[in-house]
Amino acid sequence: MGKTVKYKLNGVEREAEEGQLVIEAAKDVGVEIPHYCYHKALGNPGNCRMCIVEVAGAPKPQVSCRTSVREGLDVKTDSDLVKRAQASALELHLVNHPLDCPVCDQSGECGLQDYYMKIGQYQSAVREDKEHKGKRIVAGPHVMLDQERCVLCTRCTRFVDNVTKTHELGIFGMGHTEKIEVTPGMTLDNAYSGNVVDICPVGALTDRDFRYKVRVWYLDKTDSICPGCSRGCNISVHTNTARPWHNDGKRVARLKPRVNMDVNGHWMCDDGRYGFGSLDTDRLGKVVKLRPQKTEMSWFDVASELAPLLRKDAAIVASGMLSNEDWAAYKALFVDTLSVKNHYFAAAPDQLGPEDALLRKTEKVPNLKGAESLGLTSGSFDDLAKSLEAGKIKTLYVIERDLSKVWGDRAASLLAKAQTTILQGPNKYALGDSFTYRLPATAYVEEDGHFTNFEGKVGAYKQALSPIGDARPDWAVFALLQKALGAKAVAA
Amino acid sequence: MTKILTKHFDEPKLHELETYRRLGGYESLKKALGMERKALQEEVVKSNLRGLGGAGFPVGFKWSTVPPEDKVPGPRYVVVNCDESEPGCFKDRVLVTRAPHQLLEGLLIASYVIGSKDSFIFIRGEYQNQYDILEKAIAEAKGAGLLGDVNIHLMRGAGAYISGLDTALLETMEGKKAWPRQPPPFPTVAGLMGKPTVVNNVETLSMLPFIVREGGEAFAKIGSAKNGGTVLFSISGHVEKEGVYEVPMGTKLRDVLALAGGVKGGKKLKAVIPGGTSMPPLLEKDLDIALDFDAIKAAGTMLGAGGMIVLDESVDAVEVAHNIERFLAHESCGQCTPCREGSNWSERILERVLEGHGQAGDTENLARVGENITGKVICALGDTVGMVTRAWIGKFPDDFKKRVPHG
Repeated sequence: MGKTVKYKLNGVEREAEEGQLVIEAAKDVGVEIPHYCYHKALGNPGNCRMCIVEVAGAPKPQVSCRTSVREGLDVKTDSDLVKRAQASALELHLVNHPLDCPVCDQSGECGLQDYYMKIGQYQSAVREDKEHKGKRIVAGPHVMLDQERCVLCTRCTRFVDNVTKTHELGIFGMGHTEKIEVTPGMTLDNAYSGNVVDICPVGALTDRDFRYKVRVWYLDKTDSICPGCSRGCNISVHTNTARPWHNDGKRVARLKPRVNMDVNGHWMCDDGRYGFGSLDTDRLGKVVKLRPQKTEMSWFDVASELAPLLRKDAAIVASGMLSNEDWAAYKALFVDTLSVKNHYFAAAPDQLGPEDALLRKTEKVPNLKGAESLGLTSGSFDDLAKSLEAGKIKTLYVIERDLSKVWGDRAASLLAKAQTTILQGPNKYALGDSFTYRLPATAYVEEDGHFTNFEGKVGAYKQALSPIGDARPDWAVFALLQKALGAKAVAA
Repeated sequence: MTKILTKHFDEPKLHELETYRRLGGYESLKKALGMERKALQEEVVKSNLRGLGGAGFPVGFKWSTVPPEDKVPGPRYVVVNCDESEPGCFKDRVLVTRAPHQLLEGLLIASYVIGSKDSFIFIRGEYQNQYDILEKAIAEAKGAGLLGDVNIHLMRGAGAYISGLDTALLETMEGKKAWPRQPPPFPTVAGLMGKPTVVNNVETLSMLPFIVREGGEAFAKIGSAKNGGTVLFSISGHVEKEGVYEVPMGTKLRDVLALAGGVKGGKKLKAVIPGGTSMPPLLEKDLDIALDFDAIKAAGTMLGAGGMIVLDESVDAVEVAHNIERFLAHESCGQCTPCREGSNWSERILERVLEGHGQAGDTENLARVGENITGKVICALGDTVGMVTRAWIGKFPDDFKKRVPHG
């Protein structure tokens, strides 16, 4: 921290760290200064000229993204001069803008719309035709580019130049014909490409999977944690339940990163961002006993029936998808009560993937650390396969794991070796019909919980949607079984 | 009238090293190398030499802002701005064509003072002949052992007007888009490749041999208060004799026009653009204004780079404003929004008015847009976008009234 100095903001004496940018210092005390090009993680090129303010003693208005707080600085963000300058900067941004809000996905969260309502509200003086540029340009697998809507703030080019260092986007041409283009010979396909949509203050860069699906003002937003890897990026889950006939009937419309400088900064990766597609496919909603014939059961009955089958020699397959709450109840049930020795939850090839220096971690589940911190250890899936082959496992209990992705083609025959098999989880997966029992569990968006990331940082996620059917959180299922076993349920 | 730069221009082979040396060339460099660097810088301060590329910044003061080597070690550079692109300016072209060694001598003196071992001449891409001349002159000087331990590098521009602005020029030299930087830091602190860099115009550096030979005070005496020495005007338009004229700083506009033979065909003078198209025009009533950086600023315009365009009574102010805005819109680098969008918008409004489709309110709107641009942009190009329309509307409201019905 630098030295704290006194300065004046709109006539009120304030304190801030010397050298802090005025735009940030003002934000800290609730004064939002309009801006497009400035982004805390991407610098202050000062090209949009929206954040113009009046500085006493300066010969002309200054941009607050390039003005630092110093002792005695006297800044005005609300004078007539400033209001005029900001409104005129907005007017100039809109001279060639197509004003196609009714068909633009950015509507409702657009910097141009928001500032027009806040600081614009002028009568248009444009009598000339609009400049025409490229529309519907496929920039990459996830992102669509509309050059006419672009305000050339250069946030996206700075992102690909300075954050991913992949340079797929650039500013081409000069003057009013200048435009953002995909670098010739390249495609915007880096592992973080979706972030350019977030940082684009207007509708120039939009998500291809979200275009025309649902209006943003119908979305509910819930704080969550990305379950895509052990980084535990803070995200916001945007759900559409108000207009179920929109978004092709899917409840989750999109995921957006939430700023957490201790975990993910401003960003999230494309794997996490676009990986929610299968969330609602093949969901389990009923407690079912599949053999000898398919019968629906109540939670009470299934717990009573399962209790005697759960013994010390059972094998439990789980995954890092479980929350800290789940792990606590898991430990109470399987370790403390039943003294089960065979636990298998390590990240096998089904849950390993690419890692990089920015965010992505190799374990593609969020919470192996949660198990580790409770002292749980995992055996290897090769050993489990051997034990199954040898007929040593009577009861196999699988929680939120697709065994076909662990063992491939061998999975079905291995599963058949155990007398009783139980699948618990939100989805049916490939072998869902081969189990003896199927217990529906909630997906992470349907429960509250905590994940502990690879660095040991605990993050909370909130319930965004109602559970499907009779699904319960994993910890609640464990508690139910615990009760059926006659032991005292642990508090989640 | 006293001449410094063009004194020997009647020598046909002045561009050759032999001729230049016969006339005393490179003696100043020799003298300079025998002096303390600090003392040389003092002479330049005393001379009141101003930056003649357009900004008029005191050269000695600019040099003094380069951090000393013991504080900031490592290389430092001198860059010659020869990206002469302002419409109406052609004096650098003449200086390089006729007296390349005068520039090189000045550059070597500056390099010695600043401590530059690698100095650059950034020349406008269209100046192919001048590039060849400089290349030859550098080879000649090098062959004669005059460069000492200084390497002089020639770099060519790619044809953008904005590259003539010092920080955009530095970006271009680094291989980037010519987008002006926003000081601070100023180039003298962090310029080319982040190193301390002095960027001076051709004409400015060409003055140095005289200042070293005759002393700063002698140079200062030639000009007016705080504006030392002489200045070159590139005079074009409706005059009898277009060309480059060297006059002492502070010479009256009337006398400068007289040198060029006055308004062509004895017609009435309408306007004089004093420093290149971007500058607000002067009128008949302004003929007694003394032409130096400070006096002309008091008259509401700028000396710029001395690109004087004379317009007679036949000229329509709307056409002039349109022509200049068209140029500025074409050359706007596109970095900041007000200039990028505003220049093109202004051009298109003027175009519509010229086509006979002017509507009530157009003139006021132009002036309003102009006001919203000037002072709110990154660089001087943007400032002129708004300045030009407002100046021509303000000085010739009747021309606009004729074109735009009902105001």
